[in-house]
Amino acid sequence: MSTASATAPADVPAPSPAAAPPPRGGLPWARALRLLLVLIGVVVVLIPVYVLVITSFKGQGDASAARAWALPQAWTFENWTQAWEALGPSIGRSVQMVVPSTIISAVLGCMNGFVLSRWRFPGADIVFTLILFGMFLPYQAVMIPLMQMLLDVGVPNGIPSLILLHVVFGIPITTLIFRNYFESVPHELIESATMDGAGMLRTFWHIALPLAIPAFVVVLIWQFTNAWNDFLFAVFFSSPANGPVTLALNNLANGALLANYGVSMAGALLASLPTLVVYIVLSKYFLAGLMQGSVKG
Amino acid sequence: MKAFTARYGAPLLMILPSLILIGVFVYGLLGVNFWTSMTDNHTAAQASGREPSAFVGLRNYIDLLLTEDFRHSLANLVLFTATFLIGALAMGFVWAWLLERPMKGGRLFQTVYLFPMAVSFVASGVVWRWLLNSNQGESASGLNRLFQMLGIGFLQNPWWNNITFGIMAIALPAIWQLSGYVMALFLAGFRGVPDELREAARMDGASEWQVYRLVIFPQLTPVLMSAVVIIAHMSLKSFDLIMSISSASAYQTKVPAVDMFVFKSGFDYANSAAVGAFLLIIIAFLIVPYLVQQHRSRTR
Repeated sequence: MSTASATAPADVPAPSPAAAPPPRGGLPWARALRLLLVLIGVVVVLIPVYVLVITSFKGQGDASAARAWALPQAWTFENWTQAWEALGPSIGRSVQMVVPSTIISAVLGCMNGFVLSRWRFPGADIVFTLILFGMFLPYQAVMIPLMQMLLDVGVPNGIPSLILLHVVFGIPITTLIFRNYFESVPHELIESATMDGAGMLRTFWHIALPLAIPAFVVVLIWQFTNAWNDFLFAVFFSSPANGPVTLALNNLANGALLANYGVSMAGALLASLPTLVVYIVLSKYFLAGLMQGSVKG
Repeated sequence: MKAFTARYGAPLLMILPSLILIGVFVYGLLGVNFWTSMTDNHTAAQASGREPSAFVGLRNYIDLLLTEDFRHSLANLVLFTATFLIGALAMGFVWAWLLERPMKGGRLFQTVYLFPMAVSFVASGVVWRWLLNSNQGESASGLNRLFQMLGIGFLQNPWWNNITFGIMAIALPAIWQLSGYVMALFLAGFRGVPDELREAARMDGASEWQVYRLVIFPQLTPVLMSAVVIIAHMSLKSFDLIMSISSASAYQTKVPAVDMFVFKSGFDYANSAAVGAFLLIIIAFLIVPYLVQQHRSRTR
């Protein structure tokens, strides 16, 4: 998900009994038509994947326009080795960036979400809305002063800057997910402890934190994917020599005078593998988080 | 005071770091950015603080709006957002509708439709640049070649190299990546319609189509609103895809987010900040009503 620089509010459902499935139905021809349309969609979605895979295994001489859509004449790993040589170090840096920033922003979001859902201080909802706005903030509108501030404070360019930025600008979405999660947890579960200050801290540590593990999984996936896929901050706060894999990949694909699509497509696959693996392995959480979310009226 | 600390010390301590960070990095910097956008900070010497900048009011905003270049960016932004929004909503809605009722392999299909979301715009840009190659005829590759092979060669076009409509081609990969997300939203919406409602309508003799049109679709309005806000705000911020498929200097695909980067690279911080502020204002028109409405529904 990007995918999407800051994308979307995804609420995590509290454990609840699954809803009964709607009745199976439809006439046989309607069902066949439905399957046909679904399969057409699948083909359309997978076309770019087909191109990526076949091109990444094609040798230099195999790249003519006439054979653009054909399978490789001879399968070769040459592009993959070259892409790995070009991207390897930056993949390492992406890991160094993503792990701390994901964990720190999840912890901050969990604390915020817990406090905002339990502590109804006057203006709590306004504070929450003000935090949420950060999720939709076009970062272009703070970029110039942000560069100057990090320069003045002396945060080094490259991974350290990016960790800080992903933590700070991850706060809104992680706060939202945890707050909605804690809201959906039956209050009796949490309010057993006394609600003075110290009690709150104890409750948080012993009851809320273990309870929030499903929300943690969703937040970690979300933040990991966002930070791994980020390009905007990478362009402004790092260089191909000290930046993450997205920057190195863009450099590999667009930097060379003569674009070698075989290498850049192998590189694109390499750079996407971590998020794809997470998505496929944890797709249930991924989907559950997305599906239950955002449907509040 | 002591009682206050005892009661509110812990929660304050938990939430304060985030509040300070958001306060400084979002609201503080927005303020500084507005200030910078209203100065004559157009040179590298001023950008680094070696020379002073003077306050010029709204001059930069007006100058930007008066240049054909920036107006072209705004026009591109409108075209891109319209294409992206309509494409992703239509595709996502149809997919959700198709998968709304249980079918064999339904979950697998959902997973396939949604997977492009896990890929970065930069990585998908690599393959889409190849797919959207503007060569036609003999030297065509990418989608143009595919069209020839399928016997629909008349569909061949220069894609993002068209001066006026090229930006709409860049919306294709954006649609490809986000339709699955819209599908997930609508699926959740479909599942949120109580079965009793459908049953009741059927009992009253409504046809299957009428059940959808009169009972189910109206229930999806809140989901539609969320989807519009999410997709539109992403669209307005689009930068990665354009940079990886086209380039920062390409006139036909420039949008404000790209202009902001180009100005910054030329050490024209005042104009860079002003373009950023334009984006903020455009997005605020979309987001503020949405946030206010969400806020109201929470406090209700």
